[in-house]
Amino acid sequence: MSIWDFLPHNLAFLSTLLPMLFRGLKWTVIISVIGISLALVIGSVTGYVLQSRFRTAKKIAQVYLWVIRGTPIMVQALYVYYVIPKMIGIDFSSNQAGVIVVALNSGAFVAEVVRGALMEVDCGQCEAGLSLGLTEWQTLFHCVVPLAFRAALPALFNQFIIAVKDTALLSVIVVQEVTKEAQNYAALSFKTIGTYTTLALFYLAVLSALMLLGKLIERRVRR
Amino acid sequence: MSETMIEICNLSKSFGDLEVLKDISLGVTRGEVVCIIGPSGSGKSTLLRCVNRLETPSSGEIKYKGKTVSVKKSDIVQFRREVGMVFRRFNLFPLRTALENVMMAPVLTRKKNREEARTKALELLDKVGLASKADVRPAQLSGGQQQRVAIARALAMEPEALLFDEPTSALDPELVGDVLEVMRKLADEGMTMIVVTHEMGFAANVADHVIFMDGGFIVEQGPPKEIFTAPQQKRTKEFLSRFL
Repeated sequence: MSIWDFLPHNLAFLSTLLPMLFRGLKWTVIISVIGISLALVIGSVTGYVLQSRFRTAKKIAQVYLWVIRGTPIMVQALYVYYVIPKMIGIDFSSNQAGVIVVALNSGAFVAEVVRGALMEVDCGQCEAGLSLGLTEWQTLFHCVVPLAFRAALPALFNQFIIAVKDTALLSVIVVQEVTKEAQNYAALSFKTIGTYTTLALFYLAVLSALMLLGKLIERRVRR
Repeated sequence: MSETMIEICNLSKSFGDLEVLKDISLGVTRGEVVCIIGPSGSGKSTLLRCVNRLETPSSGEIKYKGKTVSVKKSDIVQFRREVGMVFRRFNLFPLRTALENVMMAPVLTRKKNREEARTKALELLDKVGLASKADVRPAQLSGGQQQRVAIARALAMEPEALLFDEPTSALDPELVGDVLEVMRKLADEGMTMIVVTHEMGFAANVADHVIFMDGGFIVEQGPPKEIFTAPQQKRTKEFLSRFL
């Protein structure tokens, strides 16, 4: 028996599956883009706080990181979708919950990347800025951040790729993203081999594009 | 006697249990060049860094033109705009060209608009002999060239005084001369300077006042002639004997 025996010999099912995957891709992209953008903000602030001298903020940031790193993203998704609405009395749609989960989860990992990158910048850069009479914020944004950003870029892109892949887990809170659409199709058609092979290749194509973008941006920045 | 520009009053600094500076007092008048010499670990650099608050003194105060520089951030920032600093390791901004390094601070502090800052920056690069390197990034410059850019960068803020923290210690011996030449030129133009240095020749020829520090104390101070030819303290003699 060869691998080919597993593959469907009739590809007609693609005419149904592919539109579903593209419909799912729309949500995967929307949730990833909004989630990652928020994660970048959360992560930058948290990462800065982590290496700063603000005691209370630092403690809060550390607890946040501890909770996120110590629980699986699938559990976080279930929690945000089913438990938090009951606690605060506001219902989230599954897409809203999805965005929140991606933002909070990636935010924690981005924070670690940002903290490391900020710490890596030679303190002489900071001193040079201050000695010229720049304020602390000016020094941070004009002397430290440009260098930290360059250092952080590869790790940031890595985290973004992880975030996009993690959206597949949001199927547990019925977000209609790519994986959920594939599961829907497989459940109705019983074509599991064809469906999930297509799904895997579909992700591979989308993420390859993202990896390529990462390389391009990195090369541009490192010029 | 001309006015006292920078006055260090009873300055002490400890890092944990380690007392690095012990009750240092010192005055620098306008146009004066003060060189601080002494062995490594004697507190010279820390003293300089305490002056512009890159280190926070444990006690004592700094007076600038007769007024105490308070711990208020705005006061410190203003002081730093008027008293520049040049570092041992240059600390140029690596992503910016030489020109951008020099013009950045005047633009950000709104001292000048971009065009003015650019013109002034080119003038300064010319002054330190690097007009041709304006569009080059620091990584493509030699150490001596980088340090001269750093001096131009400090000058761009049109400071009243400059602090030099061992400006030639990280340079190849061959490149030291160019940097010292620029500093000598500044001294001749009447710039007030506090220079921490191991270049005894520079201290002897350019300084108006030489301070010998050891173990966090000022051991001896006076005009270079006295310090270099007739030191009074045993420790000073010991230290200087290694250079002669």
